[in-house]
Amino acid sequence: MKGCQGDACQAREKKGWWRASRWLLARRCSQLGVLGLFLLGPLAGVRLIEGNLASSLTLGVLPMTDLLWFAETVAASGIPLMQAVIGAGVVALLYGLSGGRTFCSWVCPLEPVTDLAAWTRGRLRITGGWRGDRRIRHGLLAMVILLAGITGVPAWEWFNPVGWTQRGVIFASWSGLWAVVAVFLFDLLLSPHGWCGRLCPTGAMYAQLGRVTPLLVSASRREACTDCHACHRVCPEPQVLDPALKGAARGVGPGIVAADCTRCGRCIDICPEEVFEFDYHFSTMAREVT
Amino acid sequence: MSATSDGGPRTVAITRRGLFEQGARGAVGLGLAGLALALGAGSARALPVWAIRPPGALTEEAFLGRCLRCGLCVRSCPYDILHLAEPGSGVAPGTPYFVGRDKPCEMCPEIPCVKACPSGALDPGLTDIAKARMGLAVLADQETCLAYLGLRCEVCFQVCPLLGKAITIENRLNVRSGKHVHFLPVVHAEHCTGCGKCEKGCVLQEAAIRVLPRTAVKGALGAHYRVGWEEKKKAGHALIPEPLSLPVRRPGEGP
Repeated sequence: MKGCQGDACQAREKKGWWRASRWLLARRCSQLGVLGLFLLGPLAGVRLIEGNLASSLTLGVLPMTDLLWFAETVAASGIPLMQAVIGAGVVALLYGLSGGRTFCSWVCPLEPVTDLAAWTRGRLRITGGWRGDRRIRHGLLAMVILLAGITGVPAWEWFNPVGWTQRGVIFASWSGLWAVVAVFLFDLLLSPHGWCGRLCPTGAMYAQLGRVTPLLVSASRREACTDCHACHRVCPEPQVLDPALKGAARGVGPGIVAADCTRCGRCIDICPEEVFEFDYHFSTMAREVT
Repeated sequence: MSATSDGGPRTVAITRRGLFEQGARGAVGLGLAGLALALGAGSARALPVWAIRPPGALTEEAFLGRCLRCGLCVRSCPYDILHLAEPGSGVAPGTPYFVGRDKPCEMCPEIPCVKACPSGALDPGLTDIAKARMGLAVLADQETCLAYLGLRCEVCFQVCPLLGKAITIENRLNVRSGKHVHFLPVVHAEHCTGCGKCEKGCVLQEAAIRVLPRTAVKGALGAHYRVGWEEKKKAGHALIPEPLSLPVRRPGEGP
């Protein structure tokens, strides 16, 4: 057996298992929990939340509508019924308060897949692949909504692997499997963090809320940073780290204000010096342009 | 964002030409992807003939634009009749449908699927299930229909939820035997909801009566047509002078 190697192991050794894995554990519980709540209806007859991630109804009163689906529907056929409109408002409020792309890292059922791809990539030491501009997803988001407007149907939904995956799980069909396999292989072999980090328009949609949300990961103890780069290696959006981590001289940070940050908390877990923490503030002091 | 995609330092000098090229590449790439999507989505726009939309569904084109693919209607159906379409099924992915021959619509008076729809893809204006127009039953094959063969069947007539309205039985002399009567089912489009009960009930190996999209079946007279006898009824008298009644002359009769 080799000694303790790898960032995760070193974090565990230094901080203990719990402090080195709690946010990952919390995220997996959240991801499974959301799907589990949807599945309680068909599997156990407990109808807490019905529908799927596109649009749902909780306890018969609280509607939620995914923002990309909502935008596509509005573009394709105008304002839908009140329930869908209120649902989109609820979701905008929810993710607006809780971090924007928290959807990506805490709810989206494709995230564990791309996570696994990234982990496997590390294990197999695959380093190559397409590193397209991370702004492509915003272009794709605009294209998808425009396309719905032009064709009158949400054309993206014929393809959207996020839709396929969540429907496949919640409606118990194998139809979502191709999306899971395709995205896994794409991230593994063709492009590192390719789907979530470069292409996914759903993530780009929630990133818009990330511009205004008060929930941030903050490099509060950045003076303790030893430049070990463990956070850079684990972060799916590493471009968001440096401004907060190294911006002290320029008066930037310590909050990670970039909308791309998924608020996953991997950096909090992995950092042996406990530089990062979740932070909640309504002030704009951390919100200077980076 | 000033950093490169993975946070490393930018090594390529930014030039106007470079920026233009980058922008053009992005635009062309997205345009091509959009074209592929539009063509892919366009190829699956028509509903296959065996699939029926839930009650209150807008016209297929409008329905596809409105439906959120959320499955709330599917979950609300107390008879578990609705499915969410899977890839390769021919129905637009994620949209709800049912197959009349498998499990027809039970026509709940409360219409829970319409009430569940958050977007209006199922029209909330539909409150009377008898006014639903999911499709139209058509006696598609007279060559195998038992009634046309001269046998007593009338199952489609008997299982119709709008008994005696959407399907009636018309009698016609069986010219083959010369002494029997055909009991022929006749569908009336003004009452048929397209629930699929008749298609399910048809005793043949393959149903002779089928629910099809109304647009695939119904003719349209054209706005300029007037049916004379109805206009006459409306007006209370003929709209044109009654034809002259001329005397009948037969050969051999005097002038």
